[in-house]
Amino acid sequence: MRKSHVVMAGFAMLAASAVTMAGPAGGTVSGKVTYEGTPAKMKPIDMSKEPSCAKMYSTPPVAETVVTGPGNALGDVVVYVSAGAPDEAAPSTAAIFTQKGCRYIPHILAFQVNQELKISNEDQTSHNIHPLPKLNREWNKSQPPGTPPISEKYDKSEFIPVKCNIHPWMHGNFAVLKNSHYAVTPDSGAFSLANLPPGKYTITAWQESYGEQTQEVTISGSETKTVNFVFKAKPY
Amino acid sequence: MGKLLAVVLVIIALASAYPIIANKYPLPEDISTHGHQIDEQIKDTMLEAGLSFVGAQLVLALFLWSFTGRKPGSPLKNFPGGAKVMVIAAFLIVGSEILALGVLGQKAWANVYFAPPRADAIQVQAQAEQFAFYFRYPGPDGKFGAIHPDKIDEGNQNYFGLDPANEVEARDDIVSGELVVPVDHEIQLLMHAKDVGHSFYVRELRIQQDFVPGLDLSVHFTPTKIGKYEIVCTQLCGLGHYNMKAYLNVMSQADYEAWLKTQSQ
Amino acid sequence: MAESSVQPAHVHAPPEGFIRKHVFSLDHKVIGKQYYALAIVAVFTGMFLSWLMRIHLVWPAAKIPGLELLSKAGAPGGVMTPEYYLSLLTMHGTLMVFFVLTNAPFAAFGNYFLPIQIGAEDMAFPRFNMMSFWTTFVAWVVLMLAFVIPDGPPISGWTMYAPLSAVGKDAGPGMQWGASCWGLSIAIFCAASLLGALNFIATTLDLRAKGMTLMRMPLCTWAWFITSCISLLAFAVLLPACILLILDRHAGTSFFIPAGLVISDRVQPHSGGSPLLWQHLFWFFGHPEVYIAILPSMGIVSHILVNSMRKPLLSAKVVIYSMMSIGFLSYMVWGHHMFLSGMNPMSALAFSFPTLTITIPATILTLVWLGSLYGANIQINSASLFAIGFISMFVSGGVSGFFLAQPSIDIYLHATYFVVGHFHMVMGVASLFGVFAGTYFWYPKMTGRFLSEGLGKLHFWITFIGTYCIFMPFHYLGLIGNVRRYQSFVDDFMAPYLPLHKFIAIAALITGGAQLIFLFNLIYSHFKGKIAPDNPWNATTLEWSIPSPPPWNNFGDRHPIVYHDPYQYGVKGSKGDFVMQDSPEQVIASGD
Repeated sequence: MRKSHVVMAGFAMLAASAVTMAGPAGGTVSGKVTYEGTPAKMKPIDMSKEPSCAKMYSTPPVAETVVTGPGNALGDVVVYVSAGAPDEAAPSTAAIFTQKGCRYIPHILAFQVNQELKISNEDQTSHNIHPLPKLNREWNKSQPPGTPPISEKYDKSEFIPVKCNIHPWMHGNFAVLKNSHYAVTPDSGAFSLANLPPGKYTITAWQESYGEQTQEVTISGSETKTVNFVFKAKPY
Repeated sequence: MGKLLAVVLVIIALASAYPIIANKYPLPEDISTHGHQIDEQIKDTMLEAGLSFVGAQLVLALFLWSFTGRKPGSPLKNFPGGAKVMVIAAFLIVGSEILALGVLGQKAWANVYFAPPRADAIQVQAQAEQFAFYFRYPGPDGKFGAIHPDKIDEGNQNYFGLDPANEVEARDDIVSGELVVPVDHEIQLLMHAKDVGHSFYVRELRIQQDFVPGLDLSVHFTPTKIGKYEIVCTQLCGLGHYNMKAYLNVMSQADYEAWLKTQSQ
Repeated sequence: MAESSVQPAHVHAPPEGFIRKHVFSLDHKVIGKQYYALAIVAVFTGMFLSWLMRIHLVWPAAKIPGLELLSKAGAPGGVMTPEYYLSLLTMHGTLMVFFVLTNAPFAAFGNYFLPIQIGAEDMAFPRFNMMSFWTTFVAWVVLMLAFVIPDGPPISGWTMYAPLSAVGKDAGPGMQWGASCWGLSIAIFCAASLLGALNFIATTLDLRAKGMTLMRMPLCTWAWFITSCISLLAFAVLLPACILLILDRHAGTSFFIPAGLVISDRVQPHSGGSPLLWQHLFWFFGHPEVYIAILPSMGIVSHILVNSMRKPLLSAKVVIYSMMSIGFLSYMVWGHHMFLSGMNPMSALAFSFPTLTITIPATILTLVWLGSLYGANIQINSASLFAIGFISMFVSGGVSGFFLAQPSIDIYLHATYFVVGHFHMVMGVASLFGVFAGTYFWYPKMTGRFLSEGLGKLHFWITFIGTYCIFMPFHYLGLIGNVRRYQSFVDDFMAPYLPLHKFIAIAALITGGAQLIFLFNLIYSHFKGKIAPDNPWNATTLEWSIPSPPPWNNFGDRHPIVYHDPYQYGVKGSKGDFVMQDSPEQVIASGD
């Protein structure tokens, strides 16, 4: 064959693979979550009553109610598709919630309805995890050190505060969501929800102190739409 | 077998008394101004109780030894004086103990509970909750902000439900997980229970007092030695009761003031 | 009296059929045995719970085999959770105080022997008596339900202090239905006990045989009578307290819950109540309750001692009046459980004085027992060993009370293991020794067979030494400030004392194991024990004048007539060195 034919075939193959790599759906909603105003100063956590945890830190950790980053970025914000996408079955992998250093890791765990939630205790002290739902069934469970992980699931979509009955400063959140289009912002505040089929969507951003905000966006093909959220910070 | 029991009784009595006589389980060191009176009372009571205990077990042993396994037909005897002697002895022995310990020993109780706190006592509010103690200092303005139960937000470490957004007095309040105090200065602890009954107990301070929901209780004391001492909850308050503690951190006056300054920032 | 056409209630027809004879029986003897059987089930359950507690305390990370089957939430993977320890602690205390220490020395032996000892053919109200037992049984079933309901038994201790016990499920696991089971069970128990107390009092006052004056009653009958009088007022206060607690939990009332409490991040919808009100109501019952637990054992031990010593006590009258004073004073001291509760500190002094004063009759009793042993001719057998052991235990447990009675000392010792040591020694050991002594003494009468003496002595030695090994160290732990009701000791302060706790745990397992010897003895001897005559101990009181076991109407067709004081020992009788109460022969003193 002539060289130009080979090159064109190569390009064609590349183009074909690029189309197949784009996947069944195409659109992406991405953006950044920021704040305006002055957020409250996060205080260092006093763990003196639990020396086995306190000694794990060279400087005391701060509370994670409001997580900020450079450029007024807001971390730990759950951004998700609250309307427009069908409910999805839960994935088979478990969502992992860890108690370590007398804190919850991650501070906010987003997972799906009926997805297995696995809670482990890596500390030398007992914890008693107590989620406080309004729609789902309320339970609390003690987990002595060295006992197997707790396995639970929630069957309704809800934002659930989580506390430890033994260590009052331990606080976290579960975001139980209906579909797989969600992200929790890192402290850069950036998020990206990919693989959205064409349609009209409501995107919600939820921050545990500042509440929620919604925006509507329409995806027609495989474009990327930008949606930004700005929350008003509270000084106290 | 009666004689065997007599021997075992003697062994038990002496074995029980030994750890006390040899001071194998001494009271923790006393770091308070009033504690020595309590310790004195414990010592006096231990002497009287110890003598009664050992005495009674030895008498029981003696009588068992003497009056078991007797030859059939041995004469029966009655204790000289009979029951009357016992009644008189009981009244005399116990009566004098009651007088000595009960009546004369009220000083220690009075010192803790009847004497009012000094005017210059440092006031610290203590809140007991499931399952931690938190302590609040009024800050430079000397005033405690109000407590709003509906504003409690533990994830944000607002354990007392303060409202600094709307109340000026609450803005400079210092909340600490440790009870930090200067040595040789009277402290008045204002005690508030957030949820259920708890209790404040520092062994070395010889102080123990319940937190009762709905009641404004207070207790005052003067720590006399620098160091860290455990504050433990002694009123069953739920599943975390065993791990409900804080530390009393007695510092020098200079260190205490420096600590207050760092907390205010 | 025979001319009346209406039969007195206590006279009933001979029982026919299995149900009437053994299940819904009107016969006080069957009812007594039923109470005893319930107490046996409760005591072994309570003991098993204490084993679990001790094992967990000393080896907190231990995977206890089978525990997960009992409660999946309470012991995931076999490791006990903190709240399950508290559940076991609560059930241990509740079972032991109510279903063992009120049932066994009082309801069981009292029901069986009080009518016989006063010469009656049954209790005054046999139907009420039957109801008392079966109501107690229902109370036990309701309590045990707490083990099988989803959230498990309550975690607030047998003392169930409010508001922890009153607010409901926000307070913690087991505080929803578990605590309600407790409240309902104990309310039912109170009702049953009130019926029982009324029966005892009416029987004692009305049904004594001819010649059986009050002062001629045996000392154990006196103890049961005084205990019934105390019970009437005590249970009458606990019953409404439990009802108020149930109302707070389910009807939205606020007897015990003040305003503004925030539990589990929720502001509780109550206001106006007082936690101290619960404490007052509970301890107004609770303190007389501990004397309800010990007085019958004092009576039983006195009764057995005179028989073993072959001579009467120095003065039965002094013993009776001392027991009466204890009963009377027991109502004035409840505040000594509340010295640090926030009551006006003046009240501490007011409660301390009668608490210290109660030592006087207790000391009189101890001195009379000791003094009576002087010059006696003590016969050693299982029953007398436990009776003598009771004296030792009562002294040990009593002297620690003298510390706790002083408010200033209580500042330091309150809620430490010193308190736990004190009440276990007086209630858990001394009172139980009275039950053991009574069992070995009266088993031949109740079944017609002896318990094995060899096994009984083995039981005594292990239990006597073992309980000292368990509970004496509790006092030392209290002195150093070891706090009670902790599921595990996680701090450096307690680290040096863990070996002592291990010693205690091992002693508890061994001593508990010895109780299985006792259980085996009880069951085995029923079938294979040596046959017993009517009066195996050469005793004087009326129960020994009837066959072993007694017929359904105790005395058959005869109506006993009483000629003597109950304890004519050390005399020249026609049968030996004693004269029975209903024997018309004259008493000739030994020296004549």
